[in-house]
Amino acid sequence: MTELRIAFTLNGEPCEVRTEAHRTLLEVLRARGGVEVKEGCGEGVCGTCTVLLDGEPVSSCLVLAARAHGRDLLTVRGLGDDQAPHPLQSAFVAHGAAQCGFCTPGMLLAAYALLRDHPRASRAEIRRAIAGNLCRCTGYTKIIDAIAACAGGAARG
Amino acid sequence: MPAAPFDYEAPATLAEALDLLGERGPEARPLAGGQSLVPLLTLRLARPRLVVDLDRLHELRAVRRTPDALEIGALVRHRALERGEGPLALCPLLQEAAALIGNTRVRTLGTLGGSVAHADPAAELPAVLRALDGAVVLRSTRGERVVGAGDFFVGMLTTALAPDELLTAVRLPLPSPGAGFAVEEFSRRAGDFAVVAAVAVVELDGGAVARARVALAGVGPVPARLDRLEAALLGERSGPDAIRRAVADRPLGIEPDGDIHASAEYRRHLAAVLTTRALERAAEAARGAVV
Repeated sequence: MTELRIAFTLNGEPCEVRTEAHRTLLEVLRARGGVEVKEGCGEGVCGTCTVLLDGEPVSSCLVLAARAHGRDLLTVRGLGDDQAPHPLQSAFVAHGAAQCGFCTPGMLLAAYALLRDHPRASRAEIRRAIAGNLCRCTGYTKIIDAIAACAGGAARG
Repeated sequence: MPAAPFDYEAPATLAEALDLLGERGPEARPLAGGQSLVPLLTLRLARPRLVVDLDRLHELRAVRRTPDALEIGALVRHRALERGEGPLALCPLLQEAAALIGNTRVRTLGTLGGSVAHADPAAELPAVLRALDGAVVLRSTRGERVVGAGDFFVGMLTTALAPDELLTAVRLPLPSPGAGFAVEEFSRRAGDFAVVAAVAVVELDGGAVARARVALAGVGPVPARLDRLEAALLGERSGPDAIRRAVADRPLGIEPDGDIHASAEYRRHLAAVLTTRALERAAEAARGAVV
């Protein structure tokens, strides 16, 4: 068993943790209080544990924590909060795009990465971008509506 | 479930990685993008004593063009294939196939070499390798060997890789500039592995088929080439009628097993339908290509 010290940037703040090499990024983030990162399937299928690793969406359950060393991580907590919500977060509220809310952090981060690269993404592109993020409540329509409402160049990037 | 504990090394050079595999190969697993291996670890279906993380081996991220082939480093990610970055654009079939893999997060991290070495029978990239008569470069402290796709895939999740060997690159011969490609697949849910996938490459000469290649995933333990169909298509007209007739006129020579996802009969049905669609679309692309 290998013990590691890993240092990364988490939502803009420097962060250092000691961990064992067999721990995933999801385990390490939750162990240090990052409960906004949700564990769903644990095998990379559902998208609830999505974080942005150097800006790109990844399943934190499928990344060994060691791989975060020296990298930049964004969780939904870094996107905005109730005092200063990101436009996507506001749009999710306005469109009723969350029910139980478990998929919402992953949805927001997948949508954020899409709109950063494609600010005017079409509904088809939105559907494709969140195809790997499962929601068992909403039927997706309101989620797509909320993202589409930000896809007019309004989303910060 | 957390993975069972293991030793972890992240060598900085290929030589160091090969030394590690040379010493501890049978108890070690190389980690590329992790999109297949990490779930195997956390499900404890794989319990290596040592994980050799390849992430620092930038030498395995290069793409080189030789006069008639692409040599693609094993750590080139699906995202780069999907986007057709740099010389990868010379093989648009890779773009089409990579876009069908898993979900956007899998494509962010997953690698060509990892997919090929993992050898899932339903995966797209091994079928692409088989369709293009590709080969893999295998390195160890004992040296280097190049193995053709037909010999590399041995069985389900099983390849010709020896425990001390690392797949360092994939070689894909470039089809002629006028070749048409298509990948057709059916999966039950977005992001699932295909039940069956068909990869077709068609080259024409004056409207007739000069060369046709078809590889299928999901119809057996390894990607299958449809040799008999390919031979039957030679010299045929490339229109939809001729292709449909050629597929319908003969057994495809596959023997899929039924499983929880699909019966053997349904897989055979899908194979014929998807082969037809892929050949039609590849032939149409070849007819439209400006040579």
